[in-house]
Amino acid sequence: MAPLLDLEDVHARYGSVQALGGVSLSVGEGEVVAVLGGNGAGKTTTLRAISGLVTTSGRVRFAGERLPRAPEGVARAGIAHVPEGRGIFEELSVDENLRLGAYLRRGGFAESYERVCGHFPWLERRGAQQAGTLSGGEQQMLAIARALMSRPRLLMLDEPSLGLAPIVVREIFRILGDLNENEGLSILVVEQNATLALRSSSRAYVLEVGQVALEGPSSELAENESVRKSYLGY
Amino acid sequence: MTELLQQIVAGLSSGSIYALLALGIVIIYRSTGVVNFAQGEMATFTTFIAWTLVDHGVGYWGAFGLTILIALVGGIALERIVVRPVEGKPVINGVILTIGLFILFGGLSNWIWKAEVRSFPPSRPFPTSAWNLGGVAVSKQDAGILAVTLVLMVLLWLLFRYTKLGLALSASALSPTASRLVGIRVGWMLGLGWGLAAAIGAVAGLFTAAAAPPLDPNMMRPVLIYAFAAAVVGGLESPIGAVVGGLLIGVVLNLISTYDTHLHLDLDRVRLPIALALILLVLLARPTGLFGKQVVRRV
Repeated sequence: MAPLLDLEDVHARYGSVQALGGVSLSVGEGEVVAVLGGNGAGKTTTLRAISGLVTTSGRVRFAGERLPRAPEGVARAGIAHVPEGRGIFEELSVDENLRLGAYLRRGGFAESYERVCGHFPWLERRGAQQAGTLSGGEQQMLAIARALMSRPRLLMLDEPSLGLAPIVVREIFRILGDLNENEGLSILVVEQNATLALRSSSRAYVLEVGQVALEGPSSELAENESVRKSYLGY
Repeated sequence: MTELLQQIVAGLSSGSIYALLALGIVIIYRSTGVVNFAQGEMATFTTFIAWTLVDHGVGYWGAFGLTILIALVGGIALERIVVRPVEGKPVINGVILTIGLFILFGGLSNWIWKAEVRSFPPSRPFPTSAWNLGGVAVSKQDAGILAVTLVLMVLLWLLFRYTKLGLALSASALSPTASRLVGIRVGWMLGLGWGLAAAIGAVAGLFTAAAAPPLDPNMMRPVLIYAFAAAVVGGLESPIGAVVGGLLIGVVLNLISTYDTHLHLDLDRVRLPIALALILLVLLARPTGLFGKQVVRRV
């Protein structure tokens, strides 16, 4: 079966600086895939390339079709992107953020809302609160909740653990695991925290200077000597 | 008492024109984050389009509707072609651009239609008579203009408060990238913001010409300052604030002129300084305006 998301030889550049030098990766239906790598390896750019936030060359296919090259079109195709730094609307309320998450959906808001609140019960009580006043962990959860409101086929997360307390990070990854196991959501997650990323994914890619240096099942990569030295620190 | 009420009514009448123009400023600010200094000159320009239509034999109200439509489409086109390049650029770029548009539209109006005095509308759009409410005369024209202003305010408030479109318009201004990621066509939202503002500006221009004839290419210049004061007093992002601010400024200016027996201010000279002082005062005491939302950010 063809993978849900399929990148083939994708290049991207910021001005004269090449950020991706031919990345090929795929995410299967119902799979959790992690992308690891150091600073500047191209992890964020890979997600931005998929979402059409940077100009790219190469082929990106989603559900067997060419993915549109503009973010609006990518969202319409069924990919929800939780960007680095969360990208919530700080000035708007929690409820307004969730309503925006369901922007592309016609009807079915109540049902999506209920489902999302099942994962993040506190959202229901804090609907009127201005999103910018939430704690960092809550903002990250709101960003994920908003992405889920669009009922995506693929959820892309950029460093969901960044700047959060370990207990909050564990909670977020527990919910992501739950979404994957019980709702079959496919997830592509970019993470600096390699231990966590490898533990919660089935396959992983290691990026180095804009190219895929290593790929394979997460359990194998966790045993790999160079991965252990460079990213796991033992 | 009757005298006081009469002066308040007169103030409301000029205030509703300020309120209309302020509504246009608020829409553009709220849906694109740009402060549009050209709002008044755009209104003048569209009013002359209406004059031209009437001059070619179109009925007044027909020309009125047609002008609003032209303004809507023109506003969208203006955003897509001229304003687009400053999107996502520093605020100062937008300020310079709209000041440029102010000069451009002012110049165009003066160039195309010359600075001649024209009587427009040809006949009064509203009945010239007045109601007598307990000794207070309320002209039907003033009442009509105020009613239209209030209806537009309520419609805009409903749009931003309750509709998906209104939420998408606000979101596009707050964070274009995040908006695109949830699937909003941000480019069209920004265009629509300008289109709506231009359309409401057209109504403001047409009513200014009707309330304070004659039609003149520079008629909106003073009104723009009061509209700005209105928008700032009310809070730049609140439609209700814009209208309350506009009416307040209309009434305050009128009352000062009536009851100033000590200072003997020459109202025509002090109107502008008073409006500007109000802007300053509000920015000092309550920068978000009377109806603006205080935004808190975690640091």
